Amino acid sequence: MANFMSRNDLFLFLGFTIVVLAMPIWLAPFGAGYPDLLQRFMIYGIFAVGFNILFGLTGYLSFGHAAFFGVGSYAAVWSFKLLTLDAIPAMIFAVVISGLFALIIGFLSLRRSGIYFSILTLAFAQMSYNLAYSVLTPITNGETGLQLTLSDARVLDAAMGQTLVGQPVPTLLGQQLSGYAGFYLCAGFLILSFFIAQRVSGSPFGMMLKSIKSNQTRMQFTGFNTRPYALSAFVISGMYAGLAGALLAVTDPLAGAERMQWTASGEVVLMTILGGVGTLVGPVIGAWLIKYFENILSALNDQILANFWSFLPEGAADLMVQVTGKFVGDGWFLTLGLVFVLVVVFLPGGVMEGVRRIAATLKRSGTPDSKSRQTQPAE
Amino acid sequence: MFEVIFLQFLNGLDKGAAYALIALGLTLVFGTLGVVNFAHGALFMLGAFCAVMFRQFLTLETVTIDPTQLSPWGAPLEIREPLVQAWFGDFGAILVNYSVPASILITIPIMLLIGIALERGIIKHFYKRPHAEQILVTFGLAIVAQEVIKSIFGPNPIPQPMPTDLRGAADIGAWLGMQANVITYPLWRMIYFLFSAVVIGGVFAFLQFTTFGMVVRAGMADRETVGLLGINIDRRFTIMFGLASVVAGMAGVMYTPLLPPNYHLGMDFLVLSFVVVVVGGMGSLPGAVAAGFLLGILQSFASMTQIKAFFPGIDQIIIYLVAVIILLVRPRGLLGRRGVMES
Repeated sequence: MANFMSRNDLFLFLGFTIVVLAMPIWLAPFGAGYPDLLQRFMIYGIFAVGFNILFGLTGYLSFGHAAFFGVGSYAAVWSFKLLTLDAIPAMIFAVVISGLFALIIGFLSLRRSGIYFSILTLAFAQMSYNLAYSVLTPITNGETGLQLTLSDARVLDAAMGQTLVGQPVPTLLGQQLSGYAGFYLCAGFLILSFFIAQRVSGSPFGMMLKSIKSNQTRMQFTGFNTRPYALSAFVISGMYAGLAGALLAVTDPLAGAERMQWTASGEVVLMTILGGVGTLVGPVIGAWLIKYFENILSALNDQILANFWSFLPEGAADLMVQVTGKFVGDGWFLTLGLVFVLVVVFLPGGVMEGVRRIAATLKRSGTPDSKSRQTQPAE
Repeated sequence: MFEVIFLQFLNGLDKGAAYALIALGLTLVFGTLGVVNFAHGALFMLGAFCAVMFRQFLTLETVTIDPTQLSPWGAPLEIREPLVQAWFGDFGAILVNYSVPASILITIPIMLLIGIALERGIIKHFYKRPHAEQILVTFGLAIVAQEVIKSIFGPNPIPQPMPTDLRGAADIGAWLGMQANVITYPLWRMIYFLFSAVVIGGVFAFLQFTTFGMVVRAGMADRETVGLLGINIDRRFTIMFGLASVVAGMAGVMYTPLLPPNYHLGMDFLVLSFVVVVVGGMGSLPGAVAAGFLLGILQSFASMTQIKAFFPGIDQIIIYLVAVIILLVRPRGLLGRRGVMES
């Protein structure tokens, strides 16, 4: 196994693992060290890593990935309802179903490229969303969302002779998944996902995907049939999305159709771009940043702002509260939109490009730079 | 049966008119500047909020408390008088009544400014960048626009009354010599359709019969050559972007009585209008208009109970289904030229 991983890759992977596992510690000072939010960090990190396998490597911009996320959630909840409350079958089931779903949609959508591909995926995702709300209500439970009830069949649990009292919650081999147990489950999967993504992008298969991005026509002229490669990338990223959706269902067993709406697909695009498209760590950082600031900024209110600006004279403080109040709380999406536009205009490579530029500047000015790869979610 | 089909056809017209107007502007931007503008739905929404703003401005009122009169609850009566009415008398009252059509007059300059500012400020820098980045930046702009509107006007839809004279329904069946009161069609929807026909006709006439339009068409065909002839084609294209925003804005203004505008109106229409553009063929103006009406009418037919009984849920997905089939079978769309965005 000498050439299994280059030393840089190994360091990157180990560093990533340590950073992820230690998150409850180093995020505590930023007010984010609680399992609920950390789980979401992990889940959306997986989603973004998977999205990046498609968009970052092949350059196909899908605007319908939330469909796979939603399908994964529904599949997991159905597994809880019909088979067993254990998380492992649910996740396998969800990944398989969303992979199949991605295979069908990808097979059709990848017949076109560029904007047409984006519109096709968007159309498929909107179809799934609209159907989940209307005709497929027996499967999706419409607007209420799919929930676990005590009277579910749970064939495997029944066969094992397990009976249940109280509200059913997902378990892992009999262990409850509340609190940090849930976080470490999700963290394990994020690290695994990251590892697979790292292997994929370094492999000959990953090279093929990158060459599709840089010049697909040339690949075809040299005799490669690119479509199976692109389709594999599409299915892999669909399975990632399904896994993320399943984990969301494991930590909170309620699946709703709004997870499939196209704005949710837009969100994962935002995460990937913000962090740095085509890089390994970038999408994860983007997901963390967006989820962190969503949580922090939307919790701020005028009271807190007034305290913050209280060092200013009265009138100016009121004015600042008024102005900044537009950007926090319910208005945090405005901040996100502005930041996103600025990033696309000035820093198309996202946070990772920013880090690289800073590192390059420091190196040129002669100070040896030991900046870690990990940016902290504070700007 | 004929009446039912004819009625559904009419019902599809007004929605189709909205799709056609948005898709027209979208295609205009794409055909001239080559930019995939995800913020176009937001321009539609901004237009709708011009109407809201105008009406809020018109209905600013003074409240005087008259202690000599009592309200039915025994409190002193509050007399509310719109300022416009106080200043202009009857003309003011008419203005308030007709606030929606009247707000077109302020919408045109506002949308023209917004459009030109957007093009000069941001979109200009994206001509040479890949389409994916154009989509991303305009998507970001759309988010910003909708959040600004949300923070000013709040998250709830704001109903806009139509003028009282135009409220009823027209008995189209009787006009055509059929049985009365079978085919009736709300007047405002008819007005919306006629309005869109005028706007679409105006845009086509502008492109076809004016020198400016001729230059723009030449630029759409071969931008470089027109530039080499010493014509400042960029400036004209900027104006075309402004014009496209005006078309979207006017479409939004006139749609407000049919659908109370809220901040995510633009996003709702954006996806549909992109589908319309793709079905019509990227870069083809007649294609966009034809596809807009076609899809509006198809959607209306799909929501008939007889058809829904046959294909449950078809009304929810018909537009996307048509788009998928068209894209897979005929990727150029209905009237698209060969080689547009088929990299």
